[in-house]
Amino acid sequence: MKPFLFALRQEPSQRLDLSRLTPDRLVGRTQKEIEAIDIGTTKVDAKVADLFKVRVGDPRVLHFEGGSERLDLLGAKLLPGFTIHVEGDVGAQLGRGAQGGTITVAGDAGAFAASGMTGGHIDIGGDCGDFLGAPLAGEIAGMAGGRVVVGGNVGQRAGDRLRRGIIIIEGDAGADLGARAIAGTIIALGAATGRIGYLNKRASLVLAQGGDFGPTYVDCGAHHFTFARLFSRALGEDSRRASRLLSQKLRRFAGDTAVLGKGEILTPA
Amino acid sequence: MPQLVRKGVRIDDSFAEAFPMSGTGLIITAPNRKWAMIAAHTMTGFATSVIGCGCEAGVDAELSVKETPDGRPGVRVLLFAMSSKDAEKQLVNRLGQCVLTCPGTAVFRALDGEFEIKVGDAVRQFGDKWQISKALDGRRYWRVPVMDGEFLVESKVGLTKKCVGGGNLLVMGEDWDTTMRATEAGVEAIRGVAGAITPFPGGIVRSGSKVGSNYKGMGASTNDAYCPTLSGLGTSVLDPDIGCVLEIVIDGLTDAAVAEAMRAGLKAIIALGPKHGAKRVGAGNYGGKLGPFHYHLKDLLP
Repeated sequence: MKPFLFALRQEPSQRLDLSRLTPDRLVGRTQKEIEAIDIGTTKVDAKVADLFKVRVGDPRVLHFEGGSERLDLLGAKLLPGFTIHVEGDVGAQLGRGAQGGTITVAGDAGAFAASGMTGGHIDIGGDCGDFLGAPLAGEIAGMAGGRVVVGGNVGQRAGDRLRRGIIIIEGDAGADLGARAIAGTIIALGAATGRIGYLNKRASLVLAQGGDFGPTYVDCGAHHFTFARLFSRALGEDSRRASRLLSQKLRRFAGDTAVLGKGEILTPA
Repeated sequence: MPQLVRKGVRIDDSFAEAFPMSGTGLIITAPNRKWAMIAAHTMTGFATSVIGCGCEAGVDAELSVKETPDGRPGVRVLLFAMSSKDAEKQLVNRLGQCVLTCPGTAVFRALDGEFEIKVGDAVRQFGDKWQISKALDGRRYWRVPVMDGEFLVESKVGLTKKCVGGGNLLVMGEDWDTTMRATEAGVEAIRGVAGAITPFPGGIVRSGSKVGSNYKGMGASTNDAYCPTLSGLGTSVLDPDIGCVLEIVIDGLTDAAVAEAMRAGLKAIIALGPKHGAKRVGAGNYGGKLGPFHYHLKDLLP
């Protein structure tokens, strides 16, 4: 069966809330019903039919043809067993609170991607905005499970308050990567700047490029980590470079000792 | 006893009677084969029979670097007990004393059962709050700092109550050497069957037992009917050409694994022929009233 297709007609005139178009919420609905869903965020009406050309197909597999940085909340609260593919860019809060399934974005993603995510897999081919996997204002923890792979660069504070799950950044990371991380794993293959792992409690930050992590990270020597080998094998399909990095002998900087200090930054020895 | 003959080897028209057991398993990996095997053998030592050891355990298979979760050489061990509680107690004790202590090792689940046993969750406290957990694909692992680096152990492993214990073959030959040759060939063949172990020393037991004893309070005693030095007496079931009997006991994760193991063992024993190997093969049972699993030798013949 062909995927359920949403082809963008033109650049939207307002930010859109696509949380109502996740595949699990489309099951059992007719094309007419779907086309009548309001996805606007302003006083001006914005029905699905106004913005997308809809072609009915397998609702478990959604395709978005054409993207825009105004497509917010795409794949929000996605459930296991469903797939969304976007041939283009997306806006803020991609996969917000996703519980499972797979989201692939060929272009760039906005801020707060994978925020509150508890399971599933998000693959962003291009760059990603600030606060990847971070909590929204008022929330205690950020991303709490699943896996995010970003092919390009990410903005500031990626992995902020990360609770669980794996973030792989193939490009460069903006300032304060893994700041306030509670646990989980972040792998960055490009450069990272700012206060890396600032107030990190128990998270593992694996960085391809070393650097000065400040006095609250203490050098614990170079070791072969069995858990890194396990991750190396498990992440091979997502990122070969990340897999290769993890298979190496790694130097462990324990920290942030300004807080609990059970976390670490690992860099090639 | 009515018999069939295959390649000159007499096969009793009998059956092995087996019992349901709880089973679990681990994959133990290490930087090299040697240390993975040392951990496996230490963990499965003194685990020949549930009667005195609390469990029956053994090495199921050696795993190549491609087959293990962390890409290091590994061994899959299986452990069987009469109840899931016993299995858990034995596994956690043996893990803590034999694998945690063994240099270089890491532990992963070997099977997904209907139940789960906390293993990493039990030994993690050895880390004295320095341990940290890692979650990957819905499974949790503990990294416990130890003096050679880190002991990586999965938090929970699977346990299934669908296991079978007590599949067996009684290998009868002219003398110790020929009988041992045939029995060793049988054990070697069973080693290749996935999901089945032979828990006794080298996979072989020479002190086969019967239920009951002439002494008060002993539940089991020597199987005098199969003792060659008593063969002239009325209770013996041995033929005049039998001078030695060895038994292979098999525990398996499934009914099919035990049947497959017995089939493989029988085939290897028969292939050796009566001149250099066994003259007769039988199976132990209790009249079919005690165990729900019956493996008839005639159904397993090559």
